[in-house]
Amino acid sequence: MEPPRFDFDVLVLGGGPAGMVSAITASESGLKVGLIDEQAEAGGQIWRAPWAAPSQGYESPEVRDGNQMRAALAQSHVTCLFGRRIWSVTDRYRVDVLGADGVETCHAPHLIVALGAHERVIPFPGWTLPGVMGLAAATIMLKAHGLAPPKDWVLAGVGPLLAAVAAGYARNGHPPKAIIDLSGPSDWFAALPSLASRPVLLKQGLGWVLSIVSSRIPIYFRHAVRRAEGQDRISACVIGPVDTDGKSIDGSEFSIACDAMMVGNGLVPGGEVPRLLGAKQVYQHELGGWIPECDAFGRTSLEHLYAIGDGAGIRGGAVACSGGKLAGLAAAHDAGRLDAKTFAQQSAQALAEHHKLSAFSDAMAHMIRLRPAQVASIAADAVVCRCEDVTRQELVSAARAGARDVNQLKHFTRCGMGPCQGRMCGDVAAEILAQEHHLSRQAVGYWTARPPLRPISLQSMLGHFDYADIPIPKPAPL
Amino acid sequence: MVSAFTRIVANHQVLVHINVDGVDCVVPEGEPLATSLLAAGYVMLRRSPNQHNPRGAFCLMGVCQECAIHVDGQIAQACMTPVRAGMVVQLRGVV
Repeated sequence: MEPPRFDFDVLVLGGGPAGMVSAITASESGLKVGLIDEQAEAGGQIWRAPWAAPSQGYESPEVRDGNQMRAALAQSHVTCLFGRRIWSVTDRYRVDVLGADGVETCHAPHLIVALGAHERVIPFPGWTLPGVMGLAAATIMLKAHGLAPPKDWVLAGVGPLLAAVAAGYARNGHPPKAIIDLSGPSDWFAALPSLASRPVLLKQGLGWVLSIVSSRIPIYFRHAVRRAEGQDRISACVIGPVDTDGKSIDGSEFSIACDAMMVGNGLVPGGEVPRLLGAKQVYQHELGGWIPECDAFGRTSLEHLYAIGDGAGIRGGAVACSGGKLAGLAAAHDAGRLDAKTFAQQSAQALAEHHKLSAFSDAMAHMIRLRPAQVASIAADAVVCRCEDVTRQELVSAARAGARDVNQLKHFTRCGMGPCQGRMCGDVAAEILAQEHHLSRQAVGYWTARPPLRPISLQSMLGHFDYADIPIPKPAPL
Repeated sequence: MVSAFTRIVANHQVLVHINVDGVDCVVPEGEPLATSLLAAGYVMLRRSPNQHNPRGAFCLMGVCQECAIHVDGQIAQACMTPVRAGMVVQLRGVV
């Protein structure tokens, strides 16, 4: 039996800021638009719908913007297909999803991919211990679930999320015991001028600093976690100094007792759908890694395939919105619903907005960029691939045994072959391989993307079928 | 029990009973199972299949697969699974 089929003019994958704005924009031109997301509600991670968030003391611009955009989406003609996991994208374009009612297929001649990013955590021994969690996970607990880590928790990593999470929990009476910041004060000051272009964010940032200072949280600048210790759960971490490149340097290491750690070192674009379809990829270190090559409107090298938001380069929520507007207009134009003059007029404003925001987004992306020197400092016994328990030492041995690109590395070691499909380890594993051979990241490549894009059971993929449904090809004549 | 994750806000949701490795737990209906388990003090969720090392929820956004445990007899990501009354949870993954 064929799975239920939905037909649209434009399909948008991912219901974060970029996806929501592009879907609404495209539908305003009269196109039939479908928006698919894994979560039950739109918002993505930055605008994640509060499930049980603190009603007092955590009213951020993100919560307000997210609520406004969810209301706009509800008012629009966009068909929302939420609670559906995208597991395959083929042809031009067919999207296979798995929802509560089983498998379904969605078809559209225009596909906008806005699937966001996932977190990069630079491994250290013990980062696999229960109680060690991602920095983005901390924001989800805070913003969407009103859950705080136990009293003795530490915060580590790099970038603006550190300040946001520290301040958010401090205001709710659960400050971290310590902040371990890979950056130094000079890195933060260097980012300040770009904040001047975004007064709302400047105010928000100053509020964070005030909360952190008034809570008297100790901050260890230019430090990183050397290892986490514990039996079945983290009980302590050892931290030590790093240089301006993030490289571990000699100096006093010391231990902090803790029950939990939230750690994150930036974001990696989740570019697997354009990659699966064969769109041209480029490696952009400052934008988080491998991304599809796009024009200003998000058009990829494949006709009628658009890539926007953090999945097309880490630029944050505001740029995701202007990028969503541009891709929505481009899709309407490319589908013949918007004449050249109107398209030029309407996109001029969004383009100007897009450029205006770039100073700030570039500065933030720079703060959370991968530090190759930090990767070079990863201990030999640290697990890099969590799914398959593959250590740095095993990756180095495979490189020395002849693995020259990441897919060979995968075949040699099973790194990236587990259920997360290389999302957690891919960036770091590729960097380790490149360093070992003194090759560029371009030369060591990226994982081959293959369906299913997320783990789903064979049973649900098959759906219901009768024996007569199995196509039996005619045998070749003897 | 070791120190659990704390709820900052009082939940106004309907509370339901679930079973975690034979122990009755009262949790808010519809909350992602991963957060319910953290609040109930279950931080370790499974062991890794190769080295049998302890693991718990890590990304909370459906990417890392560390919280994939047995829910009503099938492996499911706890962070993507809303709690339902009567749910039977086993804190083990594929091994």
